[in-house]
Amino acid sequence: MLGGYTYGELGSILAMQGFAGFSLFSVLLLMALGLAIIFGQMGVINMAHGEFMAAGAYTTYLIATLTEQYFPAFMPYYFVFAIVVAFFVAGALGYLAEFALIRHLYKRPLDTLLATWGLSLIMQQSYRSIFGAREVSPTLPEWLLGSYQPTDTIDIPLNGMFVLVLTAVVTFAVFYLMFKSRWGLRVRATTQNRVMSGAVGINTNKVDRYTFALGCGIAGIAGAAFTTIASTGPTTGTLYIVDTFMVVVFGGAASLFGTIASAFSIAQAQSILEFFISGSMAKVYTLVTLVLILMFKPEGLFASKVRR
Amino acid sequence: MSFFYNKLIGGKEGLTGLILLALLILVVFPLTLDLFRLNLVGKYLTYAFPAVSLVLLWGYGGILSLGQGVFFGLGGYGMAMFLKLEASSPENTAIQSTPGIPDFMDWNQLTELPWFWEPFNSFAFTILAILIIPAAFAYIIGAAMFKRRVGGVYFAIITQVIAVILTILIVGQQGYTGGINGITDLRTLNGWDMTSDSAKYIFYFINCALLLCIVLLSRFILTSKFGSLLLAIRDKEDRVRFSGYDVSNFKIFIYCFAALISAIGGAMFTLQVGFMSPSFVGIVPSIEMVIFAAIGGRMSLIGAIYGTLLVNFGKTAFSETFPELWLFLMGGLFISVVMLFPNGLAGLWNDYKHHLTNRFAFITKRFKSQKTLTRPTNAESESLS
Repeated sequence: MLGGYTYGELGSILAMQGFAGFSLFSVLLLMALGLAIIFGQMGVINMAHGEFMAAGAYTTYLIATLTEQYFPAFMPYYFVFAIVVAFFVAGALGYLAEFALIRHLYKRPLDTLLATWGLSLIMQQSYRSIFGAREVSPTLPEWLLGSYQPTDTIDIPLNGMFVLVLTAVVTFAVFYLMFKSRWGLRVRATTQNRVMSGAVGINTNKVDRYTFALGCGIAGIAGAAFTTIASTGPTTGTLYIVDTFMVVVFGGAASLFGTIASAFSIAQAQSILEFFISGSMAKVYTLVTLVLILMFKPEGLFASKVRR
Repeated sequence: MSFFYNKLIGGKEGLTGLILLALLILVVFPLTLDLFRLNLVGKYLTYAFPAVSLVLLWGYGGILSLGQGVFFGLGGYGMAMFLKLEASSPENTAIQSTPGIPDFMDWNQLTELPWFWEPFNSFAFTILAILIIPAAFAYIIGAAMFKRRVGGVYFAIITQVIAVILTILIVGQQGYTGGINGITDLRTLNGWDMTSDSAKYIFYFINCALLLCIVLLSRFILTSKFGSLLLAIRDKEDRVRFSGYDVSNFKIFIYCFAALISAIGGAMFTLQVGFMSPSFVGIVPSIEMVIFAAIGGRMSLIGAIYGTLLVNFGKTAFSETFPELWLFLMGGLFISVVMLFPNGLAGLWNDYKHHLTNRFAFITKRFKSQKTLTRPTNAESESLS
């Protein structure tokens, strides 16, 4: 019975697999938060979102390499600094993309999809030209390595815990920005009624541009966090983009809370399944289930009750 | 007769376009290209099937499917399964531990043929499967989506996810599908050597004929009342619904038809190229099919074929000489086709044609006016003499 495991071992497996799920959850949520703002609030399909994440990851790698070479004493602290820089680099790229590309296409959502796909191809090839086709990973500070062992059989990696904490911080920051600040009020007003918001004196173009930049900046943070878990290559972004879109769609596009709930359920389902069957089949089952649920409930888990 | 002339061919303009295309692919290419290049063009032309299907679906129906690769793949794999079974007869595979099953199954320790491979021993079943399975699959997806009024962006994302699922499934289930390498080493079709020169020519011409037939059929659909309704649905879906039409059924039909066309393309791909692999199923090939249609002109059936040929020629030429530049160029194509010329080559041609005919008209007018100027003098001189 129980496949030769004792109850204690099963409990440990459940705990570790559950924590692996938490790690996946934090990466998915960090990526999806940016997309939830861009896609959920603005209605723009940003297929280059994964590449903005890669921009953050490469920024972290660059800063790590520079610190290692020129300021070795700074090594333990560089990571926090890198996260901030990654946010601003990805955000600035997003600002540029909105200015050059996306603002012309707000009325044609399907065309945005194609244009941003083109943007993602260009960004991928730029990474390949600049950093090479090989995957890179930064030297992590000591305090991110190792693991925490509450019992003999449970082994929880520290980098996973760090990412989890970071995700919590970013999530609260986004909630505060969107629902408590004046700026969030303007964003929500613009998404609900663009013309009216313009009429009461909100500069909607500016709101759009900064919202898009913020979404991309959060993707940059996700990229920085991602470097602690896996290495970064030119095509890293593409691997995650479909999952991220699924998280946002499954959660209900306009609901930030739905995004959290769906990232959690998708990540847990996938990592628990991964223990029993092969990784690829776990992903297939998770995605098929998502598609089936979306067929019956196309508006997602938490639909905003808006009459269209 | 004139009914068919107008509906099927699309009048005088459609006829010239069609004749030019037929001349190009049926006469010019076979005469000027060597067999290797012709086979390559044949491969490109199989991508034109999904591109044409996207003109119907996306250009006219306003439904962007990012999963046409799924149907292309289903058609291609159907044909590949039949050919693989023929290639792995017990005599050919005597060195395997289990003779009579495809080699990749033997490598993956399978000892008997899986049940869903069995029917593909029959050629008739295979043809039916290629025509029916993708359309039926499209019907299931379409019915579930369109009946619940899922459309636009959401539909695009869901079809993309389906493409991802199918790719992971094919790659993950090596023993049943051949994995990442796909189904390879296909040599004979009902005992007829597919790799011979004559077979390659025959497949090329069959492919062209099928493509032209599908263009005709699609044009027939688009010029019928259904075509006008499709456009109406694209532009004002609610209004069509309020007029008493069941919008979802029209969308489901065009989605199934598009799936069928793509599947035929996939089957022809396997026949001409001699293998099928998951790299023609996933997101990237599916989006590339959209760009073929977009470059050619999303509202032009024939434009989509030219778009496919042009992008693929470009891809081959660039990836042979400057592989680094190709992705930049491809990305630039995506952006510029959306920002600068949303109607693609066909749109450019229409704009430019206007200029051309204007200039032509100007020249003829001047010519005529000269004539009218000279004519009276002639008349005068005649009267004088």
